[in-house]
Amino acid sequence: MLNHYEAVFILTPVLSDVQMKEAVDKFKAVITDNGGTITNEENWGMRKLAYPIQKKSTGFYALLQFDVEPTVIATLETQFRRDERVLRFLTFRLDKYAFEYAEKRKNVKSQPKEVVEEKAAKKELKEEKEN
Amino acid sequence: MAAHSGEIRYLTPPTVDVKKKKYCRFKKSGIKYIDYKDAEFLKKFLNEQGKILPRRITGTSLKYQRKVAQAVKRARHLSLLPYVTDMMK
Repeated sequence: MLNHYEAVFILTPVLSDVQMKEAVDKFKAVITDNGGTITNEENWGMRKLAYPIQKKSTGFYALLQFDVEPTVIATLETQFRRDERVLRFLTFRLDKYAFEYAEKRKNVKSQPKEVVEEKAAKKELKEEKEN
Repeated sequence: MAAHSGEIRYLTPPTVDVKKKKYCRFKKSGIKYIDYKDAEFLKKFLNEQGKILPRRITGTSLKYQRKVAQAVKRARHLSLLPYVTDMMK
């Protein structure tokens, strides 16, 4: 029986962009190698943490949504735990309503990305003005 | 002024303000799932110290209060929301 899952994890900010991708790909590979399929992938980029984790105040957030057998989750989570690059992770089984929400999110994702970028640009402008 | 014995008299009758009935926003707008990734939304259910507001203030129904609490705790784990803070708003 396949279930819908999603996993959010925080990677250390010390990695370069290439290393980030490598780390994300590694976890994607864990899922696909165990007969799972990845339905959605999001990189939230560098974000400020609400509180320091391992003395780091920023982190690189990544979200994966995937369909996989429940038994694979344990292996995925051990991979998360073993990996020193991962500061935090959360795997979450999507129930019926969560899945609907996730699908909606996936569909509107392409537009808000631009909005987010615009917002970021505006923020930068503001900061520039302040300086 | 103290001519009236005991009883307080007002020039204009004191307005007993009609209390606005609280409602559960999830039931009203038909939200079935509360996203733990949306920290801005979850902040509506926290006070300045980052504590979860009680149902008697927000008016959320018990079913959704549990879900709000769960979502807030998930968000805290992922460092999207703080566990303890001051002056959040």
